[in-house]
Amino acid sequence: MQIGVVVYLFLALGTVDVNWARVYAGLERGQRFVMGFLQPDFTSRWRDISQGLSESLTMTLTSTVVGVAISIPIGIGAARNLAPRWVYYICRSIIAVSRALQEIIIAIFFVAMFGFGPFAGFLTLSFATIGFIAKLLADDIEEIDESQAEAIRATGASWWQVVNYAVQPQVMPRLIGLSVYRLDINFRESAVIGIVGAGGIGATLNTAIDRYEYDSAGAILLIIIAVVMVTEYGSSYLRKFLQ
Amino acid sequence: MLTLDGLSKTYKTGDTALSDVTLSVPKGQIIGLIGPSGAGKSTLIRCINRLVEPTSGKIMLGDVNLASLGKSDLRQQRRRIGMIFQEYALVERLTVMENVLSGRLGYVPFWRSFLRRFPATDIQRAYQLLDRVGLMEHADKRADALSGGQRQRVGIARALAQGPELLLVDEPTASLDPKTSRQIMRLLTEICSERGLPAIVNIHDVPLAQQFMQRIVGLRAGRVVFDGPPDMLTREALTTIYGEEDWNAMRQGDEEQAEAEAEARGRLAVLAQ
Repeated sequence: MQIGVVVYLFLALGTVDVNWARVYAGLERGQRFVMGFLQPDFTSRWRDISQGLSESLTMTLTSTVVGVAISIPIGIGAARNLAPRWVYYICRSIIAVSRALQEIIIAIFFVAMFGFGPFAGFLTLSFATIGFIAKLLADDIEEIDESQAEAIRATGASWWQVVNYAVQPQVMPRLIGLSVYRLDINFRESAVIGIVGAGGIGATLNTAIDRYEYDSAGAILLIIIAVVMVTEYGSSYLRKFLQ
Repeated sequence: MLTLDGLSKTYKTGDTALSDVTLSVPKGQIIGLIGPSGAGKSTLIRCINRLVEPTSGKIMLGDVNLASLGKSDLRQQRRRIGMIFQEYALVERLTVMENVLSGRLGYVPFWRSFLRRFPATDIQRAYQLLDRVGLMEHADKRADALSGGQRQRVGIARALAQGPELLLVDEPTASLDPKTSRQIMRLLTEICSERGLPAIVNIHDVPLAQQFMQRIVGLRAGRVVFDGPPDMLTREALTTIYGEEDWNAMRQGDEEQAEAEAEARGRLAVLAQ
């Protein structure tokens, strides 16, 4: 059995057609890239970088806010214990569509529709946020302590009041935690979708690589890492604060 | 006054939880509902305010048939029925005051409850109720910061905030220690007699029921098999309610517990000397 696996592995590797000359060239470029990283150049393309960064940050923040705002009603509608059957199915399908499509595919689609630039990115990230937040919120609502909702319902409260008094207090801390986490994801995604033309720091990064300006590219990557680390620490601090 | 007439409930699975329950609760009377688990006590209580939909029968509260109401009429009528739960069912992350005020939700429009701007009379009343149940100084604490007995007091205050005409009480002491259980039962009976409130209390602790209830209704497999004052609850009556084996087992359990307690007390007395 093990021998079979090893034999298969070698045969499979043999079918991979490796162009060694190209690998060599690639190694050299890789080396230049690493050197660029070691000597990042923040200054010569600073205007492009700062514009891309501010685009990305704007895109991240607006898409998270809009996405979460749309996710809340959809998430409530997708909770079996709160919504009527037909609303449940509609909201679950919206979530399924949003989750099925990968960000890059949506970004390509929106770039084709609205042209290059951060607006397409904003739409992409908002759309992706809906699938993420609405699903987790709906699952969370379905797992609430039902007796609290029953008690509020027994007082003669309306549906909205049950949501506000019995459901919201139970899911709010997690919703805030998830939103901050999504903010973090959206920033990272904004760098990726920029490569397909949806604006932001990703577009700047793409341009820098296309121009073989690895020192600027290194600077951009360092900035991305720094921002992600800041949001990471910020969100873990916020979550601790909420507990 | 509450009258149940031929109330039945069959669950979708085909299990019959209640069959043909006819019962009437006059003003000011506290009824203890006893029976083995699965006898339908909880279903009966939840059918009255229709947290569980009855299959057939009438539920007359005053001259309104609760069983035939539409959604918004049902909400209006639920305000007249206060409910107290086994595990307190407080909203843990809200304050004690918010929990008590949630008893007023049926009376205020959504925007008021959303902004927590309850009418001044409601707030005043909520403070009076907190004072009555002895939790005045805990008003601004979160509900999950309280002990079991305190939480159940908040539950009582919430139910009373509705200004109810009937109390439904589901195993109010099941999660409490014996001493706190008695305190809670005493508080409940006092409040009911102060206000002339009728109440139906699900209770699995027979001695506690005999001590505090004016009338006992025994339920077995969804049917009323006993209805009378506590002193008529003889060994035979209990056997009909709980069945031969169960009742003997229960009594034996009680005796064993009593023995163990006596022994512990004896040991403590020795230690004290």
